[in-house]
Amino acid sequence: MSSAIDLTDVLDVRPGQPADLVLRRATLLDPVAGIDGVHDLVIRAGRIAEIAPPGAADAADAEELDAAGLHAFPAFFDPHVHLRTPGHEHKEDIETGSRAAAAGGYCGIVAMANTDPPVSIAGDLTALREQARTGASVPVGFAATVTVGMKGEELTEMVELRDAGAICFTDDGLPIRSARVMRRALQYQHLCGGTIALHEEDPELSAGGVMHEGAVSAALGLGGWPSVAESTMIARDCALAAYEDARIHVQHLSAVESVDVVRAAKAAGVKVSAEASPHHLCLTDEEVRSLDPSRFKMNPPLRTEADRQALIAALRDGTIECIATDHAPHHADEKEVPFEQAAFGVTGLETSFAALHTELVLPGVIDLGLLVERLAGGAAPFDLPRPTLAPGSEANVALCDLAAEWTVGEDGYESRSANSWCEGRTLTGRVLVTVAGGQVAYRLRSFSLGVAQ
Amino acid sequence: MKNLLSIEEVDRDQIEAILDRAESFAEVGRRDIKKVPTLRGRTIVTLFYESSTRTSSSFELAAKRLSADLVSVKAAGSSVDKGESLKDTVATLSAYDPAAIVIRHPYAGAAQLISGWTGAAVVNAGDGKHEHPSQALLDVYTLRRRLGTFEGKRIWIVGDVLHSRVARSNLIAFRRMGAAVTLCAPPTLVPRGIEELGCDVTYSLDRLEEADVVYVLRMQLERMNDKFVPSLGEYAANFQIDSRRLGPRQLLMHPGPVNRGVEISGEAIDSPQSLITEQVAAGLVVRMAILYELLAGRPERPTALGEGAAAAEAGAPTIGQPA
Repeated sequence: MSSAIDLTDVLDVRPGQPADLVLRRATLLDPVAGIDGVHDLVIRAGRIAEIAPPGAADAADAEELDAAGLHAFPAFFDPHVHLRTPGHEHKEDIETGSRAAAAGGYCGIVAMANTDPPVSIAGDLTALREQARTGASVPVGFAATVTVGMKGEELTEMVELRDAGAICFTDDGLPIRSARVMRRALQYQHLCGGTIALHEEDPELSAGGVMHEGAVSAALGLGGWPSVAESTMIARDCALAAYEDARIHVQHLSAVESVDVVRAAKAAGVKVSAEASPHHLCLTDEEVRSLDPSRFKMNPPLRTEADRQALIAALRDGTIECIATDHAPHHADEKEVPFEQAAFGVTGLETSFAALHTELVLPGVIDLGLLVERLAGGAAPFDLPRPTLAPGSEANVALCDLAAEWTVGEDGYESRSANSWCEGRTLTGRVLVTVAGGQVAYRLRSFSLGVAQ
Repeated sequence: MKNLLSIEEVDRDQIEAILDRAESFAEVGRRDIKKVPTLRGRTIVTLFYESSTRTSSSFELAAKRLSADLVSVKAAGSSVDKGESLKDTVATLSAYDPAAIVIRHPYAGAAQLISGWTGAAVVNAGDGKHEHPSQALLDVYTLRRRLGTFEGKRIWIVGDVLHSRVARSNLIAFRRMGAAVTLCAPPTLVPRGIEELGCDVTYSLDRLEEADVVYVLRMQLERMNDKFVPSLGEYAANFQIDSRRLGPRQLLMHPGPVNRGVEISGEAIDSPQSLITEQVAAGLVVRMAILYELLAGRPERPTALGEGAAAAEAGAPTIGQPA
């Protein structure tokens, strides 16, 4: 919220050389800061030093990139990723996951706490933060669980966890089944602070479900996970948040019913924010006819075209303030099995901008400015500073070529896992350089080589 | 046709071709020597991850009647018990270079999945609650013999649609052949959205007399980890097909095994309208026809050593000659 702090004041990153970089004649776009046009963007000592007229900036002692025809945006912020550490480092770790984030244009990510063991005690959180300070390419924050071991029974020591640096609290991966426990967490928030982020799923209604319940699940004979299993839990938690005057963030909205509940709650003054994932904004349950769990099995599941349209409308009107990838890497062994047996989740950090640019911006469904705004919108719900191009702020910049076409997966992934929902797709728009927390976190190899010539 | 993974991907002409082939095998079945040399020297693997009597025995007998070498693997008692993955099991069995793998698996899409891991033709003998294409083909075969044509005919599928792969495959197949299909079940056993497959749905047997064929489904008690109906007694009172509800010109079918006195009464099973034993007999010839269609016209897969092509030419398929 306050622009007085930087992302790196709160999140952890491997220390490196502060960037001194001039993006010559870049097309800058930061709708929130009111910046739009061709300028020289000057980064000095890791901060945005100046926005100069095209060709006018002094590049002495700085690296100069010819950015004519390229776009520079505030780098993106993802409040919902799974780095699988500790416990499942064969799927992802802080190094590979944060590299994937850098490749996707992100300057900050929040790692979920459903690790093995879950992040339920301050010592574990402290250890993770130390790992990030030695291995993270972009600033990383860590969530702590709401309940001990994600068992849904007793609250964690939320004050101590918050003091140790927990960005937020969430049992993501699982819902908080008990309304009583949920209510206690919301009450306790008045003491410990920190947004409570919620995976909304009534396990009674979703039991046995592996995809959206509807015509496609009926045709395939797969167990249905109905939309109402999500929307009824959101309604419960919005009512509880209103009653306790607490603050919640609803994760990965997937259904029209859920959008309606969040919109109504916001109108009634409930302190609720919401996110949607790129895959729910681009795909429908028709994809599941392929029975390919590697690309199309996730939780919550892909839903219908009407649901997708409702999410897009909510993205436009601000009911959904941010895009979160729910980057969920899995090893091939957990995906090369029949659909019902496969693990839930797809990766998304490396493709989110390109996929949404290709599927929503290019066809004219949403405009580029809205996409850029929502991709960076995940910081505010957690009281973190919104990435911006405004002079004086910490440099968090994604330099993108909107015309570049590339086929996802053909050069492999920065992530340790390959379960990308975009695998094999040809996308238009690519991140070339990411500056995160004031440091150059990523350069697309072919672009750097081209620049060197 | 390289594989038989679902009835969804088989068009009407292909269905008719398999049925015609099955008729010719029925002819062979009436001879003293019921075996033909068509698949001599080729190997067929049956891989069953779920229990089965009819489907496994008829595929095995079909393979033997076609003179193929048969390997039957049941998950219980195999390395699957030791935690071997489906992928590794299929790789192991593929090392024998089988011409076909017939698989039954408790999860949807298993047959399709393994078709990407083996050069063998893959036959889906039931994948979870998804499809059971050979059952649909044998039921269409049985009915075609009785009805001649499906055009203008009404078929009611009655019972536990939610847990039934037979319901899905047969609904698709009956419609493709030109029949109109009505699903009848308690609302808790009807999957939401099933009507988009092009059928009517009703929750009562009141209009049952409009049916030319009544296809009764098994109450899949083993797949129900929850109470979908208050009691089997209440289910039977409202949905059991018995001689009182069944009209004299209506044909009765059931994929078996039956729960006598639950979805169907004993008298109905034994009535002259019942085609249940005809269905079982059809299972053998239709599965012979399936294996024939997939394998006989198809050269043996070239192996890593480059053998096989010559063997395929030498083994030109023949039918109707005793082995």
